[in-house]
Amino acid sequence: METLELPLQKAQAYSFEAALDSHKLDLKPLSLETLQINITKLCNQACLHCHVDSSPKRTEQMDERTVTRVVEILAQHDDIKKLDITGGAPELNPHFEFVVKEARKLGKHVMVRHNLTVQFDGNPQTGASMKHLPEFFAEQEVEVISSLPYYQEFYTDKQRGLGVFKKSIDAMRRLNDVGYGKPDSGLMFNLVYNPVGTFLPASQVGLEADYKRELKEKFDLVFNNLYTITNMPIHRFAESLKRRGGYEEYMEKLVNAFNPTAAEGIMCRSLISVGYDGRLFDCDFNQMLEMQVTTGINGSSRQRTIFDFDASSLLQRNIHFDSHCYGCTAGAGSSCGGTTA
Amino acid sequence: MNYYESKDLARFAEVGKFRKELMDKFFDYYGAVTGVDGALTKREKSLIALAVSHALKCPYCIDAYTTQSLETGSNPDQMTEAIHVAAAMAAGIVLVHGVQMQNGLIKHDAM
Repeated sequence: METLELPLQKAQAYSFEAALDSHKLDLKPLSLETLQINITKLCNQACLHCHVDSSPKRTEQMDERTVTRVVEILAQHDDIKKLDITGGAPELNPHFEFVVKEARKLGKHVMVRHNLTVQFDGNPQTGASMKHLPEFFAEQEVEVISSLPYYQEFYTDKQRGLGVFKKSIDAMRRLNDVGYGKPDSGLMFNLVYNPVGTFLPASQVGLEADYKRELKEKFDLVFNNLYTITNMPIHRFAESLKRRGGYEEYMEKLVNAFNPTAAEGIMCRSLISVGYDGRLFDCDFNQMLEMQVTTGINGSSRQRTIFDFDASSLLQRNIHFDSHCYGCTAGAGSSCGGTTA
Repeated sequence: MNYYESKDLARFAEVGKFRKELMDKFFDYYGAVTGVDGALTKREKSLIALAVSHALKCPYCIDAYTTQSLETGSNPDQMTEAIHVAAAMAAGIVLVHGVQMQNGLIKHDAM
């Protein structure tokens, strides 16, 4: 197998810290507004650009003890306003509905990264049906955020698998039927676009208008907002780039598009990410790269987990940056909530 | 070595090594025309540029405006229609000269 390592000179050219220094940016945490929990790597799909490398074969699940601790942390911290639940397909964790209900009882805003097709595919390992999800989401008044890489079948199926587009359209209809995306329902339904290939996302405003027009005209579907997200050059997508000899070109594109305004709004400044095993990270990408949060100074410096969660020390931490962070700062910026600039 | 190397596009500005002020004027003009939304959006301008790139058969421009069209939100259907416009125009330009041919035929009393 050919080596996928970059020469040292190239790796240095992609130094994110150097970009921050050259723009005199010091990106310290601003808040802990969002607790993002990645509760499973299991997914009914195996998408080309998945930074988690999720698939129907993965077995990692957040256990009951860790989920219970997450709920404790939410109860103890009024400054954590939002719980962002992701995966894999988070609904495939056996404690998913418990953590949603408990967070809602605590008055937290709950966001679920719902891949749409799981409604029909169900759990690939147990066969459990997930058809009830639209009603469950509506009862709990959670915000649903779903990937739909494009408003056409060709691009969506290319990235997410054959037949995904048609299933996604049917799943969106079921969400619309219970009120999601409808004016005045209060049920927020947001879509996520990421480029199908090695290019940067187009304008979020322009694409949102395209999505709204096309989905309404062709399928009579509605949603609230479109979030554009840049493909992160890690894991499955990075390996694909390297195999095709396009990694360096893509990194240079991201580096050249570095936007200091987007960097200031980078999501890790207001978020803590929790892995399925309770370890803490600055974001879901650092989580997949095993770049665990460290707090404390000198001899007392330690890697942190949800079990020794300390808000004040987390707010003083140094966020771990690396070359992949250029994915969040290119052009108009990229985050779990779309552009940042 | 080929006559066209894709990496040479990045060296475009080196043409300004001599008479730099002329290239500066060109880049200012080029940026003002293509790089911002105006009466036409950047997306529309990119599709026009993509069609022109094909009509004038410029490999650098085809590379650049394929990427630019994607990054301004066009899809393969739209991009392909744009180059069909270029192709249809080229075909029309050839065929409309058939009138000139027919003028000749008339002149020679051949039709």
